[in-house]
Amino acid sequence: MEIVVSMAIGVMGGAGVWLVLRPRTFQVLIGLSLLSYAVNLFIFSVGSLSTGKEPIVKPGLPADLTNYTDPLPQSLVLTAIVIGFATTALFLVVLLALRGLSGGDHVDGREEQP
Amino acid sequence: MDQLPVSLLLVTMLPFLGSILAALLPTNARNAESLVSALVALAVFVSFALLYPQVSTGEVIVERHTWIPQLGVDLLLRIDGFAWMFAMLVSGVGLLVILYARYYLSPEDPAARFYSLLLGFMGAMLGIVVSGNLVQLILFWELTSVFSFLLIGYWYHRQDARRGARMALLLTGGGGLALFAAVLLIGHAAGSYELDAVFAAADQVRDHNLYPLMLTLLLVGAFTKSAQFPFHFWLPQAMAAPTPVSAYLHSATMVKAGVFLLARLWPVLAGTDEWFWVVGGTGLVTLLLGAYAAMFQNDLKGLLAYSTISHLGLITLLLGLNSPLAAVAAVFHMMNHATFKASLFMSVGIIDHETGTRDMRRLRGLYRSMPITGTLAIVASAAMAGVPLLNGFLSKEMFFAETVFVSAQPWIKIALPLAATLAGVFAVLYSLRLAHGAFFGPPPEDLPRAPHEPVRWMRVPIELLVLACLVVGIIPALSIGPALATAARPVVGGTLPAYSLAAWHGFNLPLVMSLVALAGGVLIYARYGEHLRARTSNRVPLLPLNGRQLFESLLARLIALAGKIQQLTGTRRLQPQLLWMLVIAGAAGLSSALIVPLEWGHRERIPMTPEFVLLWLLGGSCAIGAAWQAKFHRLAALTLLSLVGLAVCITFAWFSAPDLALTQLAVEVVTLVLYLLGLRWLPRRIELDGDLRRADIAWWRRRRDFVIALLIGSALAVLSYALLTRDAPLSIAPFFIERALPDGGGTNVVNVMLVDFRAFDTLGEITVLGIVGLTVYALLRRFRPPRESIARPAQQRTALRQFGTDISQRHDPAELPPDYLAVPAVLVRLLLPLALAFALYLLLRGHNKPGGGFIAGLVVSITLVSQSMASGTRWVEARLNLGPQRWIGAGLMLALLTGLAALPFGYPFLTTHTLHLDLPLLGALHLPSAALFDLGVFCVVVGATLLLLTALAHQTLRAQRQAAVDVEEAG
Repeated sequence: MEIVVSMAIGVMGGAGVWLVLRPRTFQVLIGLSLLSYAVNLFIFSVGSLSTGKEPIVKPGLPADLTNYTDPLPQSLVLTAIVIGFATTALFLVVLLALRGLSGGDHVDGREEQP
Repeated sequence: MDQLPVSLLLVTMLPFLGSILAALLPTNARNAESLVSALVALAVFVSFALLYPQVSTGEVIVERHTWIPQLGVDLLLRIDGFAWMFAMLVSGVGLLVILYARYYLSPEDPAARFYSLLLGFMGAMLGIVVSGNLVQLILFWELTSVFSFLLIGYWYHRQDARRGARMALLLTGGGGLALFAAVLLIGHAAGSYELDAVFAAADQVRDHNLYPLMLTLLLVGAFTKSAQFPFHFWLPQAMAAPTPVSAYLHSATMVKAGVFLLARLWPVLAGTDEWFWVVGGTGLVTLLLGAYAAMFQNDLKGLLAYSTISHLGLITLLLGLNSPLAAVAAVFHMMNHATFKASLFMSVGIIDHETGTRDMRRLRGLYRSMPITGTLAIVASAAMAGVPLLNGFLSKEMFFAETVFVSAQPWIKIALPLAATLAGVFAVLYSLRLAHGAFFGPPPEDLPRAPHEPVRWMRVPIELLVLACLVVGIIPALSIGPALATAARPVVGGTLPAYSLAAWHGFNLPLVMSLVALAGGVLIYARYGEHLRARTSNRVPLLPLNGRQLFESLLARLIALAGKIQQLTGTRRLQPQLLWMLVIAGAAGLSSALIVPLEWGHRERIPMTPEFVLLWLLGGSCAIGAAWQAKFHRLAALTLLSLVGLAVCITFAWFSAPDLALTQLAVEVVTLVLYLLGLRWLPRRIELDGDLRRADIAWWRRRRDFVIALLIGSALAVLSYALLTRDAPLSIAPFFIERALPDGGGTNVVNVMLVDFRAFDTLGEITVLGIVGLTVYALLRRFRPPRESIARPAQQRTALRQFGTDISQRHDPAELPPDYLAVPAVLVRLLLPLALAFALYLLLRGHNKPGGGFIAGLVVSITLVSQSMASGTRWVEARLNLGPQRWIGAGLMLALLTGLAALPFGYPFLTTHTLHLDLPLLGALHLPSAALFDLGVFCVVVGATLLLLTALAHQTLRAQRQAAVDVEEAG
């Protein structure tokens, strides 16, 4: 399973990087979303992967990582998901404002001069 | 009298306090402003005058205050005779200038700013003078530069004032930095920054092997301030200042700070060959150059500025001669120059004020219309020229005498007196240009204003100063003798050399030099005076280099260079910035492999399941598909992206993170709605045609980015695989799991962490969320949709043409047709109470089971947004007054108050308290205060999400209204 998760992180990260380097705002926006998926999953996986060990306290079970998965990365990622949503929204609106001002959707506000 | 009547610190700070007071008075209250300022100056003057009995005996008054005890730096006020003399000068001339400026400033000039700055400058200058500590002196030194900058630029609507101010600040401020370095070196050599300690360690400093360096740096500081060659050119530019400022700063006080410092440290640094050659040489060059250039000026203030440069050169030369007698002469000339130059500046100010011009080519014969001012100016000019029975004569005689008796190499013995006499000839000549040229000759023609005497009180300061010139010139020993002795004694190190102050010393060589200078000056003026007046150009003959132009072109080049460097190393384009950020971040991440080798560990693997592999086969291909399609098929890319999000969501659920899975799911939905609302405003994609070069660049860029993406992607995969297979280090997690129930009152550790252990972080996060919501709202209020996207979407238009559906029936385009999407609307409406109940359930159980404020908030928002989608924004808003801003505010307030509630009980901010209840029907109940905090989170999430989505949705309405208006206008 580890290899699948790491491959998933790699593919999403690579696709995100490719898109972030594109000149169109929508591409960059999608790229950032993909990158944040990759990073969230990466941070989440730092806390070691395990199935069926939700960090919900059960009476009588010793409080260590053999019985529970690590809750710390989970709470970090939860925050990251919500903040990511907020920044995506902000970026989308800035993108729309840029579109209104410049008439185009190039990230620099105007087409490149070769 | 051991104890002072008042604290010295208070006296020194008084001008600063006055400055603040003056700034607070009404802008144009000239009378009140000048009264306050005059009282402050008078108080300072009288306080220092009262100290005379003490300092005249050679006593040094020291007052110590703790300043930075950690560094052993004290605020040290130290007054000896020399400092006393300067303090008297600063406050005395300051008082006269304040009086003068009352009548000089016009009612339109903001008097508050003027007097506030002037008093601030006075305080800074006093600070320099009474500093007993060199570091403290630097502080006030730089303050004078700042105030000088502000005062020169007082009329900031004038370009010459702004440029002059900038040049003065750059030069004197920069010199101050050099001086700071010098002071640090001196302090290092002497072992202390305190003046007395430095005086005591004089030999140590002079013998230090860094002496040449500290001397150079110190001289850069002193020479820039005192406008010595080659830094002299800022002073004429500073004449753009109002004349009272020139009279005060650029004749009597600030420019004297440089020579003050040279004299102050004379006992420590003088006496060496380097000192003689550098200080004496610079002084001589400046003396000659200033006097020479002064002759060719057409502007009265320009003449005075160059004359000031020349006189400062004279003082520097005297200090550089390494003789105590010359140092005494230097101190004497500082006092004399201040009196006659201040009075001359004020006279010129009156001429400017009453005639409207300072151009010497137009001014003549003014004596007829302003005889009193004329007489005063003529006497002061005579003092400047060194005419007997005036104070300027006395110090000039001492100077001539010193040049004759200086004992260095033989050629200096001849050259120095000759140069001094030559400078004397120049001085007589330019003084005559001022006194004779402006006041005698035929009556003036076509002056901007008819000249007349100024008001009585504007002349009083000049009268007092000229009186001083006369009294000192006629009976020097009686009038100024004791004060001079007091002032000069500390400069020469305690024992005064023998000198006599008298107007008549018999017929000797210095007198011959004076007479030669007077006769030569008068003769040349008689021969060439009219010729000088007739000159049209402002250029000084025989001087090819213009310091001002050099400086300005240097500055311009420097700025251009900075621009070029920025152009080469920086960019405003986003793509290169992102590229560099990714490359550097990637390299930094990978370079960790250099320290810890990148290899797999032996942690127990989780057995692979085909479903999960299938999930990510799908997820991965969706990610690649999104990347591929994002350019031309936005909707497809969006759909693929959502599928990736879903795969991530399932992964969270798979690996024991139910909270994450729920949040991700909800956020996925909201994000998708958000994107869909925004998609419509993006421009139609057009294939760029024909430009081969552009296509070529794009081809290469795509290849490059592909390689980078491949590299970063594989690096990420390898890193995370290495991370996942190695043994996990000791985690702090067990602490949280252990303390969640007893301390946080909940069993869902992730939620307890969010609302309790890391509640402060969450508070910040919901604040960000609220701010983003409001920002989006504010941004969109001003948003104007592009013209071409206002029209109806192509699909609707096609439908209209082909079928004539209900969409085509509406008249108001913002209003949906009746029963549009009726079945979904009913279903969604039925969903509303169910969803609200579910959200409540999620919120309540969040502390113990998966759920919580974030998820509940998102669920509520989704339900409400789906109402809008099915029935239209207007329909929803007509029935539900949501007010998302209020939700944000209330939520933040609730979270904050819950946190603050812990404070009165003596617990830190955001401490949770759990109420344990035993209710009859429900059984044991835990009510943690964190639940209230979670409720706050819930409210903020609802408010922010709704605000985001409705603000975007409203754009469509607005666009359609716009379209309707357009249609009406067209029809």
